[in-house]
This record gives sequence, C-alpha cells and structure tokens, in this order.
Amino acid sequence: MADLLSIKDLVIEATSYPPGEKPRTVTLVDGVSVSLEKGRVLGLIGESGAGKSTIGLAAMAYGRGGVRLTGGEVRLNGRNIRGAGAVTLRELRGREVTYVAQSAAAAFNPAKKLMEQVIETCLLHKIMTRPAAEARAVELFRKLGLPNPEGFGNRYPHQVSGGQLQRAMTAMALCPKPDLVIFDEPTTALDVTTQIEVLAAIKEAIHDQGVAAIYITHDLAVVAQVADDIMVLRHGKTVEYGPTDQIINRPGQAYTQALVSVREIAHVEKPDAAPILTVDAVTARYKGTNFDVLKRVSVAVAPGQTLAVVGESGSGKSTLARAITGLLPAGQGAITFAGRCLSPDLAGRSRDDLRELQMIYQMADTAMNPRQTVGTIIGRPLEFYFGLKGAEKAKRVAELLDQIEMGKGFAERYPAELSGGQKQRVCIARALAAKPKLIICDEVTSALDPLVADGILKLLLELQAREGVAYLFITHDLATVRAIADKIAVMYRGEVVRYGQKSDVLSPPFDDYTDLLLSSVPEMRLGWLEEVLGRRRMESAGN
Amino acid sequence: MHPLITLVVQRIALGLILLLAVSVLIFLGVEALPGDTAQAILGQGATPETLANMRESLGLNEPAISRYFTWLGHALTGDFGVALTNKIDIAQAIGQRLGNTLFLAACAGVIAVPFAIGLGLLAARHNGRWPDKLISGVTLAAISLPEFVAAYFVIYLLTQVFPVLQPVSMVFPGMGFLERLHAVALPVIVLVMVVLAHMMRMTRAAILNVMQSPYIETAELKGLSPMQVIWRHALPNAVAPIVSVVVINLAYLVVGVVVVEVVFSYNALGQYLVDHVTKRDLPVVQAVGLIFAAVYIGLNIFADVVGIVANPRLRHPK
Amino acid sequence: MRIPFSALLGLAVMGLMLLSSVLAQWVAPYGLNETVGKVWENPSATFWLGTDQIGRDILSRLLYGGQVTIFVAAASSALAFSMGAFFGFLAAVRGGWVDTTLSRIVDVMMAVPSLIVALVVLSVLPLTLPTLILVMGVLDSTRVFRLSRAVAADIAVMDYVEAAKLRGEGQSWIIFREILPNAMSPLVAEFGMRFIFAVLFISTLSFLGLGIQPPDTDWGGMVRENKEGLIYGKSAAMVPAAAIAVLAIAVNTVADWILSRTSSLKGGRNG
Repeated sequence: MADLLSIKDLVIEATSYPPGEKPRTVTLVDGVSVSLEKGRVLGLIGESGAGKSTIGLAAMAYGRGGVRLTGGEVRLNGRNIRGAGAVTLRELRGREVTYVAQSAAAAFNPAKKLMEQVIETCLLHKIMTRPAAEARAVELFRKLGLPNPEGFGNRYPHQVSGGQLQRAMTAMALCPKPDLVIFDEPTTALDVTTQIEVLAAIKEAIHDQGVAAIYITHDLAVVAQVADDIMVLRHGKTVEYGPTDQIINRPGQAYTQALVSVREIAHVEKPDAAPILTVDAVTARYKGTNFDVLKRVSVAVAPGQTLAVVGESGSGKSTLARAITGLLPAGQGAITFAGRCLSPDLAGRSRDDLRELQMIYQMADTAMNPRQTVGTIIGRPLEFYFGLKGAEKAKRVAELLDQIEMGKGFAERYPAELSGGQKQRVCIARALAAKPKLIICDEVTSALDPLVADGILKLLLELQAREGVAYLFITHDLATVRAIADKIAVMYRGEVVRYGQKSDVLSPPFDDYTDLLLSSVPEMRLGWLEEVLGRRRMESAGN
Repeated sequence: MHPLITLVVQRIALGLILLLAVSVLIFLGVEALPGDTAQAILGQGATPETLANMRESLGLNEPAISRYFTWLGHALTGDFGVALTNKIDIAQAIGQRLGNTLFLAACAGVIAVPFAIGLGLLAARHNGRWPDKLISGVTLAAISLPEFVAAYFVIYLLTQVFPVLQPVSMVFPGMGFLERLHAVALPVIVLVMVVLAHMMRMTRAAILNVMQSPYIETAELKGLSPMQVIWRHALPNAVAPIVSVVVINLAYLVVGVVVVEVVFSYNALGQYLVDHVTKRDLPVVQAVGLIFAAVYIGLNIFADVVGIVANPRLRHPK
Repeated sequence: MRIPFSALLGLAVMGLMLLSSVLAQWVAPYGLNETVGKVWENPSATFWLGTDQIGRDILSRLLYGGQVTIFVAAASSALAFSMGAFFGFLAAVRGGWVDTTLSRIVDVMMAVPSLIVALVVLSVLPLTLPTLILVMGVLDSTRVFRLSRAVAADIAVMDYVEAAKLRGEGQSWIIFREILPNAMSPLVAEFGMRFIFAVLFISTLSFLGLGIQPPDTDWGGMVRENKEGLIYGKSAAMVPAAAIAVLAIAVNTVADWILSRTSSLKGGRNG
C-alpha cells in the first residue's frame, strides 16, 4: 500500500538575527525521514528545540516565521509538495491535511462564532454544502463529547472552556474529512484531569474517521496511548524510530531509555517528625474580592523533609505559598515557623524569618534580574544577611556554584547566557546562600524539559540530604510528587482534600477527587488509557 | 442592562467629567495666574480707582467658584461674552471661523484617511521589504517635522520651485465652492502630509499586531488565500484599532490647524486663538480653548466607544 | 558593538549642531543684531546663507538662535524628564492613592493637546525664558510620567523584584538596583524623544510669536521673521526651517537606534 505521507532527508533552516551580530543560518531539522500509511498515527517526541513542531508543519509544506524547507522531499498522496506553488499548497491545506494547535484559545478568531470557523474549510474548498457541513460539525461535537452539540457552534471562543476549545479545534480539523491531521501538543496546556478526556476524545475521533495523524508532544506517556509508531527527535535529528511497543518497552538508544525511565527516582519517605513549619487553619482572599482562595488550610513540614502540595490550576496551591511568605497576608489562622509565630504580612517579619524561609520560582527567567551577573545574584543574600564582602563573598559564591554543579566561571555570566536548567540551578543557589531552614519550590520543574527537570529534582534531593533543608514543593505533576515527597497535601478549590504521609496518601481507599487525579496521570505503558476509561465506565455503571 | 451599554455609558460619563475638569483648568488656571482681566483691558496706565471700578463692573470681586459657574452656564448656552479688545460678540466671531476650520479639517481628513489606510495596508502586507521600508522612512521624516516647517517646505516647493499655487489662502464669505477648494489647496496638502504620516504608521502597527495572531496562522493552514485571510480573519479584528487610529488622528488635526492657519493667514478658529493670545484677550482664549478641548475629548470618547463596541468579548459576554 | 550608519550620521550631525551653537560667540562671523547687508541678499562669499528681512547675516543668527533653541529644549526636557520619571516611578512603586491621584492629574493634563494648553496659559503668563521652560517642561512631563510608570510597573511585577522584597530589601535597593537598570534603555530613548519634542514645541511657539521675544531669537522665530519673503520669492525662511528639520531627524534616528537595542537583555558591561 502506498504511503500517504513520506518525508525523505528533510532539511529545514531558518535565519537567526542575534542582536549586534551578522545574521546566520541555523539548521532546525537535519535529514529526517518518515513515512505514514493511511489511518495510522505517528508520534513525534522530543524536548523543546528538537524540531518536532517544525516537522509537523512541514507535512503541510508550511514554515512558521521565515522557516524554510531547504532540502529533501515531502511526498503527500504521491506528489512532492516541498517547494510547490502557493495555489497547490492552498488546495491541499485544509483539504488533505489539517492542523490542531497547542493553544486553541489563541488559534480561534475571537470575532467569529465557532461554527463559522469549524465549517469554513469545508465551504471555501467546496467540499460540502453549508447544511451538510453544519450537520457534520454537530455530529463531531457530539462524538467529541461537547455539551449541547446543536447549540455549541453558536458560541464565541471566549465563551467556552479551554478543554472544550481544544475539542472544537479537533472538530475543525476533522470536519473537511482530511487524509492527515497534525496534532501539535493538543493537551499540553490542559489540566491533567481535562487532558485525559481530550486525549480519549481525540483518539476515538481519529479511529472513528479513519484518518492518519501526526501527534506531537514532549510527553512520551501521552504519545504511547495514541501512536502506532514513535519517532524520537533531538536537536533536529532522528534518535530512534520504531513501533510504539518497541520504543516504550525495548528502547534501543540511551536517550530514549532516559526518556522512558524519567521521573523514576526512587525516594523512600522519611518518618514524620516534629514540624518546622505549621500552617494552622489559614484562610486568605485577594483584595477587593469576596471569595476565599484558601479555606482553613492546615499542613505541616518536618525539618529536612519535603511536603508536596499538589493540585490543578485554581486549586490554591500557589496562593498557599504567597500566604506563607507573607505576600498575601492570611485573613485567619496562624503560621508557625521554627518555633516563632510569623506575622501575616511581610512588613512585620524579622530578618531571620525572611532569611530562613526562601523561595524558588517556576520561571527562572523572570526570577533573576537580567542586568545582574550570576555572581551578584548569588552574592547579594550573602552580603545582605551575613555581611560578606570581597574575597570572602567570592569564595562562598564559588562554593555555592560548586554545590549546584556549575563551575565558578559562571559567576561572570548574565542570566541570558544560561540554559533553562542552569538558570534554575542559579535560583537554587541564591536560596541556599541564605542558609534557609525551609525552601518553598513553586512548580520549579514545570517549565523544563523532562530530563533537565530530573536533574533539578536529583540536585534538590542531594542538597536536602546534605544541608538538612526542608521543602514545601508545589506542583501539578504527580510523577514529581512521587519522586520527591515525604508528605503530600492534595488541594482542590482552596481546600486540602487529602493530607498525610506519601504512602498513605497514594494508597486506597481514595476520596473521589484524589482518585480522579491519580488515575488521570498518563502512565508509560500501552493500553493504559483504555484501562482507565474502561474502569471509569464500569464504576459509573455500578453506581 | 447589557454590560456593553453600561461600559459605553461609563466611558461617555468619564469623558464628560474629564471635559468638566479641563474647563475648570482653563478657567481657574487663567484666573489664578498673575495679572487680571481688568488690568489687561485698561493697560499699564490705569489708576487704582479705575481698576477697582472695572473689577466691579466685570464681576471680578465675586469668588472664583461662582464666577466659574456663571461662565460655564453662559458657555453652555452659547454665550461667551464679548472680546475685550474690540467688543465684538465672541460666539458670533467663533461661528464664522469654526466653519472655515471645519472645512479645512474635513478636506484634509477626506484625503488623508483612505490614503493612510491604503498605505498602512501596503506597508503591513510587505512588512520588512522595500515598500515598507520606503514608506516607513518617509513617514518617520514627516513626523519628525513641526507642522510649520513642513508647511514651508511645501510652500517653497509649490510656489518657488514649481510655481503652481499661491502662498496665502484667503477665504471670504460668498466665495464659490471650487474657488474655496483652490484657495485651501496648500494648507490641505500640508495637513494631509502631517496627519497621514501619523495615521499610516499607527494603521500599519495595528494591522501587523492582528496579522501576528495565531488565528491568522490557523487561517493560512486552512488553505485560505492571502485576500481571504485578510478579509475574513484580519479585518474583523483590525477594524476597531483602525477606526480608533483614524479618529485619534482626526482629533490631532485640531492642533495641526492652529499652526497651519497661521502659516497661511487662513481666517479661522486657530488664527483667531493665536491672535487673541498675543493680545491677551482672556475671554476669547477661554472660549476657543474650551471649544478645541471639547472637540478633542469628544473625538477621543468616540474612538474608545468604537473600541468597546467592536470587542467580541464585551459584545457577547459569557 | 556595531553602530548602524544612520545612527552614526545622526550622532555626528547632532554633535556638530550642538558644538557650533555653543561656540556661537566665537565662530559667528557677525553679531546677532548687526545690520550688515541689504534686505534678503542671496547667499554669497560674505554672507554664506544670505541676509534676513532687515539685512542681518542669517548664518550668525542661526548660530545664536541655535543656542537659544537647544538651551530651552534641553532645559525643559530635563525638567520634564526629572519630574515625569520621579513621579512615574513613585506611582508605580507606591501604588494605591498616590498612583491614583497622580494618574488622574496627568489624565486631565493630557486630555487636551499640549499646544492648546500652552496657548491658554501663555495668554496670562509673561513671555520670559523661565516661564517658557517651566510651561513646556510641566506639560511634557506627563508623557514621561506615563512611560516611566508603565515601564516601572512592568518590572515591579517581575519575580526578581518579588524575590528582593522577600529578602527584605529596602525601597531604595528595589528602585535603584532592581528596577532602574532595566528601565534605562527605554528612558534614554525617551529622553531623545522629549528633547526633540521640546525643540519642535519652542520653535512652534516662537513661530506663533509666543515664544522667544525680540531682540533675542531662535529658529522658529527666524522662520516667522522671514516668512513674508516667500511671497516675493525670497527663501530666507527656509534656512532655519531646514535647521529644525535636520536636528529633528538626527535626534530621531539616534533615539530609534537606542530603542531598537532594548530588545537585547544582555548585561550592561559593554554598553
């Protein structure tokens, strides 16, 4: 059977314009070959900058923002479309290949109704009449599990939720009956409990319609659920390409093995001990609102241990961090730290309170002043809290850089010259410089690629073992929780719904929300999605 | 009530409050500064006695607040009093000249708006390539110049180098429409030049802003032609910012006319204002200042209201 | 660091104009109000740029006038800048009622074009150098206020500022060490824009007869003095007009270049 899509030795280049230097050509994709039969799903996986989205768009012969397809061939339905004329490309885009973007919220035109946008391709390419297209769209809305399928199309993009928009975008891609659909990280921006629903809907729709698909993601566990074949990419080159079963269960390359075994850090929980931080029935709300974002939250952290606070967006987990640091003074309740009762607001806290309670942020990029060198950034707490100056300070900065596994040469560099992982390490060093008793880590690994994130987690664990510092670790990612926590607090809509030692929290019997949350986290094995959905169906039938 | 109406009403109310604040500024600002009207009328040779009499007859001994409300009340009914220098009724003098000013601004607007939008589209379409660079370069030079300098370049070019027009624009009552058009040709060219540059740059920025949205890529990936992308997806979202750009620049014409009228000795409101500032004829300055402020603020309110009405999030709330 | 040719040219022109005006007393061939030739003489070896409406040397007057134009513009933009930046930063860092009050005052001042406000105010105030500088500076400070408030507010919500607050740093460290270094580039470019705006503003006022008063003069005033010449085919007014245009374009090019460099976040060692 002839391949629907066959890419041979594809080379993709772009021109970069570094400020103050001559423009230069960079190669984004180098000699990648792929083939895809009708009705099959190919997963493209890799870290940021691996070129996976670029290859996905190349299947439509589209280069985003000055990206050029400079070599090899892209055969779609038997003809080479690389370098084809604008008219040919317009004919095939939307008719033979369609695209589902990561952020549906931005990819829909805010000024037009959803129905207009979903059927637009069908009408402009004259694939079907308006009534037929509308009927098909409603049918797709129903299949994708959207509420009120008949009325759904009459709404504007801002009137529906993110998960619904992502499904509407899938409907838009499937509506003109294409041969191939490109899914570009369609569930990455969603909460984990929403992700599983959208993932299931997409998978069902793909099989139902018999289309072929390219599924792009950085999450191997997700792609394992939908893809027949997987290609692992790194720096624009193919690392490994094979059937899903082989990639997941018998990875041939070291890099693939690392991706498969990511977050499998074995962490034995420590026994509970007298706490260093106690949050007792804390309630908080933002100024000018009449809604409590934290409702009587009580947790405790033991010295040298990690409490993981886990929850989805809107659960109040980051607000808890703001209440503890004093940025958002708690309305009611008490916070006790190292035997002292902390003032609710920042202004009322002593210098020792501030020093012993440090914070690391999600976005290391914005957490460091771009005009200060790494040496200044790490050196400032030394100067501020301990009065260190000159050679003494430089010596301590070098020690700290050593602790985060970076050489002392980095002291002279600016944040813009560091990689994402290095930036986060510098932030860790800045927190350590204050010799804290507790560090609040707010989603510190969420913005990083899985392998880099793993490195950060290992470093944090090592530092805890050596320095005896406690962590309050805020995250939405349960794999991270397993890897680092001694205790866990599960938050939902401002309340702690489950709290205790890690082994207790993660063992049944569960409350409904924790059950939903835990069972929604994709697992790195084939057939997991069907298993979970089957179990959920049985349970709801049993009720 | 529909939240949209609430927002529009709020915006208009805010604008009116702003105008009121500006009227206070115009009136009290002038009152609070050194020197007073009686002194201005009588000149340096006035005796203390005649000054006191004059103050009495002008009502200057009343508290400033009550004089402000009297002034505002009269102004709202179209009574601005008489000019100090020639005792001519101000409202009447303004009436004649306002027409001339509006005629000049309207001519400039009618030419500048389509040109600005067209050139803005062209520059945005060829973003970064030579048509864009050329247009952007020329307009950058044009906005760098003050109106009167631009005016003299045009005059020099069209009366000395290529002598096709007269450097003075006289209009008088009873003049035919075509004669009038010919008379205002030069000032209109200058105003168009100044306003066009600003308007075109802002239009270009507004369109580029929309063209960089992810939903434009979605449309391209649907296989739409460039015209379809612009017509169906860019324009519906660009209309509001473009209208706002146009209106804000028309408001800017208000300033442009003041200088250009003086350059061409064009007998209208701006010339009238400048003349009476020089003569320190305060009632006239206050009256004309208030009118300019009202037009400017009014147009800005209109621009904001268009922006509110065109926003789909506000038009179709959740 | 590479400076583009246009910015280099702009810098050179700016420098030349600045230098020759400052040195007017020494380089000008004739005195400011010396009648040395006939009315509206064409440029010649004696009068490089010709003579004006009462036979004074235009080149000499251009140099002396430039002194006034540049001095008034520099003084008023410095005033606008220090006032605007101070209150703008204050509003951004303090927030609350300080911010609200200052912002409302600026809203009212900016509700009407500055030229109209200036005309109203100058109908009462004496037309002296200090008044002109004060009026222009105060009116123009509103734009600096808006910009510096916006820039500082953008920076103030960054995590590194929050980190500094959590560390217990004082207000002065936060303003001078965390916010200011990151706000510098847009503010420096803004200073260029304010300066050029002040040049245009004072020129316009003088042209309308409401700026620099005789016997002193500036470039706008010189255009006014010679404008009747155009009716008789004498183009003396074009010389000061061209001077204004050249200075305006030169400063704009330099400010543009500074602004284009703000996208680079790299540290400040080389510039």
